[in-house]
Amino acid sequence: MPADAVSVTGWGRTAPTAARLIRPRTYEQAVAAVRECGARGGIPRGLGRAYGDAAQNAGGAVIDMTGLDRVHAIDADGGTVLCGAGVSLHRLMQVLLPLGWFVPVTPGTRQVTVGGAIGADIHGKNHHVSGAFSRHVRSLELLTADGEIHTVSRGTPLFDATAGGMGLTGVILTATLQLLPVETSLMSVDTERATDLDDLMARLTATDHRYRYSVAWIDLLARGGATGRAVLTRGDHAPLEALREGTRARRDPLAFRPSQFPSPPALFPEGLLSRRTVGLFNELWYRKAPRARTGELQRISTFFHPLDGVPHWNRVYGRGGFVQYQFVVGHGREDTLRRIVRRISAHRCPSFLAVLKRFGDADPGWLSFPVPGWTLALDIPANLPGLGAFLDELDEEVAAAGGRVYLAKDSRLRPELLAAMYPRVADFRALRAEADPRGVFTSDLSRRLGL
Amino acid sequence: MKDAFGLPQSLLVLGGTSEIAMATARRLIARRTRTVWLAGRPTPALEESAEQLRALGAQVHTVAFDALDTESHEWVLGKIFAEGDIDLVLMAFGVLGDQAHDEREPLAAVRVAQTNYTGAVSAGLICARALQTQGHGSLVVLSSVAGERARRANFIYGSSKAGLDAFAQGLGDALHGTGAHVMVVRPGFVRSKMTADLEAAPLATTPEAVATAIELGLRRRAETVWVPGTLRLVMAALRHMPRALFRRLPV
Repeated sequence: MPADAVSVTGWGRTAPTAARLIRPRTYEQAVAAVRECGARGGIPRGLGRAYGDAAQNAGGAVIDMTGLDRVHAIDADGGTVLCGAGVSLHRLMQVLLPLGWFVPVTPGTRQVTVGGAIGADIHGKNHHVSGAFSRHVRSLELLTADGEIHTVSRGTPLFDATAGGMGLTGVILTATLQLLPVETSLMSVDTERATDLDDLMARLTATDHRYRYSVAWIDLLARGGATGRAVLTRGDHAPLEALREGTRARRDPLAFRPSQFPSPPALFPEGLLSRRTVGLFNELWYRKAPRARTGELQRISTFFHPLDGVPHWNRVYGRGGFVQYQFVVGHGREDTLRRIVRRISAHRCPSFLAVLKRFGDADPGWLSFPVPGWTLALDIPANLPGLGAFLDELDEEVAAAGGRVYLAKDSRLRPELLAAMYPRVADFRALRAEADPRGVFTSDLSRRLGL
Repeated sequence: MKDAFGLPQSLLVLGGTSEIAMATARRLIARRTRTVWLAGRPTPALEESAEQLRALGAQVHTVAFDALDTESHEWVLGKIFAEGDIDLVLMAFGVLGDQAHDEREPLAAVRVAQTNYTGAVSAGLICARALQTQGHGSLVVLSSVAGERARRANFIYGSSKAGLDAFAQGLGDALHGTGAHVMVVRPGFVRSKMTADLEAAPLATTPEAVATAIELGLRRRAETVWVPGTLRLVMAALRHMPRALFRRLPV
């Protein structure tokens, strides 16, 4: 291992490995990085928000793409943007909102790159309406293992392998995205409470179609009759007429003003997030939410990215880090969802960031995560005793129901379950074997799961 | 690759018939480990260990390895690492010796020192370099509380473990930040075939308990693990006890 190796982890801060970090500033440098990445290969990395080991490569090269962050062209009439893969969604919002356009899909953080968004085929609160990120990608430029740059269009096998392909088909250099027109930078939000899981699922099923964005925060520590109680927040971009005349918001309706708090210290004490403290937080969070409120105006950052206000919020889990667990099971598999929620609640996982959402139609990406059905995401301190075996049991339930876990969040899946969860993984492996026989693109995730 | 909980997919055991190593391998195979390399003297016992682990569903290879033959280490271990990444190296070889006999036969004492210390230095450095090259992996070194402070009753064995322990700590610091990690495990008296003829000391433990502690230590990426954990305090006290008093202790 050369002396310039650095220790790299995902956002969950588990399983650190060492790699050479290369940060190309030009497309030529990116080509050189791929051609010279050595026997243990390389993997592109964006802003490091994947929770597990997707963007680390032990003993090899990690190609930091955040230097390729130019917005090349904006079609302000047609609503498309051509930008470098290292551009963050935060940057796109800064640039595009004043022009009346918004990113087509945003996850719970703006601090992801366009390349990472395609590689993980991310989804947002609008998945039931708008699908995953790749649905809005017109075309992309891909730097493949042979060091050549290819323009990849929708509907080709290489595009479908790359959307959700976790960076293993090549380095995305640029992408052209279709944008969403908005009149204001504010969100009109309806909030309601659900008293238990069945109430929550009934509300989401009945009225989700009325909203572009929909998500439910769920209290996984509530027990008994309150198991699965939740706060639903759903809404859409506020139209101009929703803003009162004479206010600052009305005068400058497209202003983008995210709020920012100080970050937690680097050595945050471990064990602060216990069952007791998280239980208390969840109780307050549920009680504080209004039973029903409609049309509240919220900033984009408040509605979509509350955690972005606290840089390095992942430090609150301490040195041991944390594990994100996100799975999806299809419609008609509500029994599996109920059983899993009951099991998590009985296991007393101290999770304060759990969300439930209904997915809409799937996109064609071979390893793209979203399929129609219910998805639950939660984070859990990695040092919780017995957590590994417990999550293995949940995996079995998910796989038996034809569901899957999200690779961008995974750091622990048993490789044997991968083929059951992602039936097209054989196609993915075959394409990689042909296009990249030497395994130039390799990550800790691909080694662990045999991708 | 290790997962978020530090569980390895591939395991190399040096000293493939050690009961602690076997108990650890059984535990890890039950969780994530699929490939196991058992390196040890080519005896029927080694093949028997391999069979036991195969029955649990792992793919097990045996390799002839002699701690005393340090000349061959580079070649033997290099061949194993060339086959693929090793997530966890468990250095479990060692001999207890017979203190009274070894005091009379210095050559026998030298064998204990060479197996437990010199052999471990050679194998440890070779494995550390391989882990550093692959940018990840843990080296778990089975030390002993006997190395924490030499006792009249077994200072030959104790001194070899003291050397091993100091070596492993330094190696761990040398590897800090390289992706590779060294964990020193200091069990107390372990009831096993190696100690079958001895009377159990206070706070005696079992190979299974050591295996559990190793799994927990991997999850926490610990650098030192005492088994049982209370030994950490007991040994901290014993370490500072005056010689005149320590000498008289019936341990």
